[in-house]
Amino acid sequence: MADGSAAPRAEAAGTPARKPAGEARTPLSLAWRQYRLERKMFWRNPSAAFFNFMLPLLLLGLFGALFRGDQANLEVIVPGIAGMGVMASTFSALAFNLTFLREQGVLKRMRGTPMPSSSYLAGLLGNAVANATLQIAIVVLVARFAFGVGWPKDWLELAVFLGFGVATFGALGVAFSHVIPNFDSAPAYVNAVFLPVLFISGVFYDTQGSPEILNTIAQILPLTHLIDGLSAAMVKGDPLSTQWSALAVLGAWGLFGIFFAVRGFEWDDRA
Amino acid sequence: MSTVAIEVEDLHKSYGENEAVRGISFKVERGEVFGLLGPNGAGKTTTVEILEGYRNRTAGKAEVLGMDPGGRPRPLRERVGIVLQSSALYRNLTVREALSHFGSLYSHPRDTDETIALVGLEGKEDARSRTLSGGQQRRLDLALALIGDPELVFLDEPTTGFDPQARRAAWETIRSLRSLGTTVVLTTHYLDEAQALADRVAIIKDGRIVAEGKPGEIGGGGAHRVRVTWTAADGTPQERETDDPTRLLHELTSAAIAEGGRLENLRVGRPSLEDVYLDLTAEAEAAPETDASPSGGRRGRGGRHG
Repeated sequence: MADGSAAPRAEAAGTPARKPAGEARTPLSLAWRQYRLERKMFWRNPSAAFFNFMLPLLLLGLFGALFRGDQANLEVIVPGIAGMGVMASTFSALAFNLTFLREQGVLKRMRGTPMPSSSYLAGLLGNAVANATLQIAIVVLVARFAFGVGWPKDWLELAVFLGFGVATFGALGVAFSHVIPNFDSAPAYVNAVFLPVLFISGVFYDTQGSPEILNTIAQILPLTHLIDGLSAAMVKGDPLSTQWSALAVLGAWGLFGIFFAVRGFEWDDRA
Repeated sequence: MSTVAIEVEDLHKSYGENEAVRGISFKVERGEVFGLLGPNGAGKTTTVEILEGYRNRTAGKAEVLGMDPGGRPRPLRERVGIVLQSSALYRNLTVREALSHFGSLYSHPRDTDETIALVGLEGKEDARSRTLSGGQQRRLDLALALIGDPELVFLDEPTTGFDPQARRAAWETIRSLRSLGTTVVLTTHYLDEAQALADRVAIIKDGRIVAEGKPGEIGGGGAHRVRVTWTAADGTPQERETDDPTRLLHELTSAAIAEGGRLENLRVGRPSLEDVYLDLTAEAEAAPETDASPSGGRRGRGGRHG
């Protein structure tokens, strides 16, 4: 064997200088590191960043122009688009990203490092939560300064529904990624759920006038209840004590999502 | 500290009816480069993935650095580096950013610059992964496996799809790992790669080890076996294997001189790993079920060496 050629390089690299005994990092600090990395990568992917923030802005602009002066409809649109933002940045984004990471082998690679799986997933979820929060902030600002809807009536209630919303749709997104066979089909799978749910759940219009059957389906789906809650917090000022049923439905979907998110989790590509 | 890095005994792995690994046994010493060689689908990757903790074994013993890889214990993950078949990189991170992030996941990381030098990515520190060439991405892959300063590195087909120059560069890196005292387990279906890098190789076929030993000695009775080839007077290629080349050559040359002929293209050499490999894998194909003895994996004619 021609070992001679390797010698100079090995000398140049030197013996590995082991650093002084560092401590194993805590799961929480690792989750924080992963979160910060995910944020950095998010901003470096212009198309992801664009769709995350331009889409709600675009829709707000469009419907704002359409319903100009029609305060009642503007007040439907504001919580509707806030709810859509939460679903897009948690459910859609996680279902999409996890399929991609699984197929690329990133999940497998992360699993080979000392980082606990829980820290890694917490970093990913934290990234989705940050995007959802930013989207709600955009909607709140547009509602206040462009639509004359004013500041949210109950900030605490808004925070509670944001929390329930990201937890529920985040878990459902992770669970749904298990259903998607590969990344090529991910857009079809995600949109097949996302778009109908948007229309049924009254993101763009008041569902009072829609057919009975659609209303019944809407009442089962979580997005309707998230939008109801956001509407109560942002527009109507109905206190949290009147929103228990909405929280209960969201919570039930959340538990359903968490169960299947954990149960079916695959770290490896299916190919 | 034990001198054994990996110990595998009668390892089995089934997927339903399909038995991918059928009783494999081997040992890897610390500081050794061990090659697992075999055709696609032979069970190489399954075996390695059991040792990496990605798959659970169906039966048998597996010990990596004194630990059971089955539960993926964190202390083991601290000390093992893994290069997977696919390069899963964060495409929008620079080389330095990726290495510094992965380094921060380990308690005792190797220095980032030192790692970059080790894999030969100097000058590319601030390039984003997506802008790297295929070979450079694979080197970053290797760097990510080395950033934790592992005692043991698994390389699953590290040079598949490389051009010859990139392969040489990767080989050089693996050799420098060896000279740093790192234990390396390498799977490959390139014979020259195993021959060039591995201290010992095991040839896997149909989930079993069909031969094991030093690349130069494996198969055919080890170092003593010599292959003599020449072209006969009628132009047909001739081939003989022998344990006693002196006698064989004397017979051949005497006969040739007596007949007034010549031994065209006379060659004397040891069978290459490739010859052994092709022999063994063809043999196993011809008679897949001949090995019904219950003695585990280390059998076949290449089992004896030294």
